[in-house]
Amino acid sequence: MMTAFDLNADSVRALNQALHDSPAGEYSVANPGGRHCIACGIDAAVEVSIDGHVGYYCAGMNKHAQVTVSGNAGPGVAENIMSGSVRIKGNASQYAGASGHGGMLIIEGDASSRCGISMKGVDIVVAGSVGHMSAFMAQKGRLVICGDAGDFLGDSLYEACIYVRGSVGELGADCIEKDMTAEHLRGLGVLLDEAGVDADTSEFRRFGSARKLYNFNVDNADDY
Amino acid sequence: MCGIVGIYLKNEALNPELGRLLAAMLIEMSDRGPDSAGIALYRDPVPESSCKLTLHAEGRYDWNSLQKEMSAHLSADVELAVHASHAVVVATAAAADLRDWLQRQHPELRIMSAGSAIEIYKEKGLPRDFVRQFKLHEMNGSHALGHTRMATESAVTTEHSHPFSTGMDLCLVHNGSLSNHNRLRQKLRNEGVDIQTDNDSEVAAGYLMWRLREGDSLEAALERALHDLDGFYTFAIGTKDGFAVLRDPIACKPAVMAETDDWVAMSSEFRAIAQLPGAAHATIWEPSPATVYTWGQ
Repeated sequence: MMTAFDLNADSVRALNQALHDSPAGEYSVANPGGRHCIACGIDAAVEVSIDGHVGYYCAGMNKHAQVTVSGNAGPGVAENIMSGSVRIKGNASQYAGASGHGGMLIIEGDASSRCGISMKGVDIVVAGSVGHMSAFMAQKGRLVICGDAGDFLGDSLYEACIYVRGSVGELGADCIEKDMTAEHLRGLGVLLDEAGVDADTSEFRRFGSARKLYNFNVDNADDY
Repeated sequence: MCGIVGIYLKNEALNPELGRLLAAMLIEMSDRGPDSAGIALYRDPVPESSCKLTLHAEGRYDWNSLQKEMSAHLSADVELAVHASHAVVVATAAAADLRDWLQRQHPELRIMSAGSAIEIYKEKGLPRDFVRQFKLHEMNGSHALGHTRMATESAVTTEHSHPFSTGMDLCLVHNGSLSNHNRLRQKLRNEGVDIQTDNDSEVAAGYLMWRLREGDSLEAALERALHDLDGFYTFAIGTKDGFAVLRDPIACKPAVMAETDDWVAMSSEFRAIAQLPGAAHATIWEPSPATVYTWGQ
């Protein structure tokens, strides 16, 4: 059964409390009106569909749930996502999926700057383009960009993996292009299928860490 | 943190609604700036032979006497309308003459704006109180900027509030903080730019005034600002016929823009734009870093 919330009448707090109290179920949210923290902190396999544009931190800390936004998302969508999936049918503002540990974030439009900053295991698939400083200090997980990437992509990367189909601006410090091996092609194909994004894997290039920065040099261990 | 809003009406039939629309946007940005609020409103342009000034006085002020005195000394027709702590003066005189006279004879008054269409109102306190005090719902106009302030770099007072006027019919609102404002303020003062407070945003306003005075177009002045201003900023700049938006190259201060057949709007957050009629079906985008956007002329 679908439970309906209308944020012109119901508070975000009431919605989030209902989502936190629920072990399962489907929820619809009308009139989000750019409000902050909608569907944050869910810890159950609920399905939430939001009809309209959301503000900051939508679906933050998501665990198990499937959250769909039929609209644009403000800054910090799916920040620190742990598992489950978050789908944005429009565009996302800055730092989408920041520090996400797991699960999947799909952005059907474009993402702004700092997409996937400090990601720690989440998979992010952007059907459009991303802004500057995306995947800054990304530690683990995969960022797929079907369009173009802005400047300073992958600055100070650790083990995260970046796939880009379009053009790439200036690369960030220690980020380099790497071979697109059969293993990566296969993995990317599975990821795109899961995301429901139609793109030819052969058109993608892979970027990763050159592992030349301070933290990668074993000699620096002597400093301590 | 601060909140910025801007609205430019493409459909003139909405002009009587401008104040009401602006008020809704401003109040929605209260969380971003509960310290003070301010607006720059463009309406009822006066003929070229006249000028329009917005004045601010602390406490109770005898505006009637001022009007008579002004009229007598300048041998000009002077109309004066009081809005809370502010008054709008329309006089058949040159703005520079009126300004000089006021600065000489009435240094207790602060000149908030000068031009032919611009009016600036600002006050410390919550946006909703500001809206009530200044009867924003009753104000008409073609376009307007608004600001809700959460102070970081200087004191919470009316004179430190935004918008800052940057010359005839020009004003600026700012979300962010500038890191080279002290050195730049000194440089601008050496160039003869009158900067009244230690506020960092006023330096940005003064900078634009200086560049325009030196012959730059608004676009050129904003392009140059990208090199000379160090810090975080989303600026909205009001002109007589339109407005401009600029974000610094790092662009961590938010901004969103939207357009319908009836209006163009910008704000720090979409929820302010969501207050406007037809917002759900507007074209919405995020302005790119280090890119100058302009509407109108």
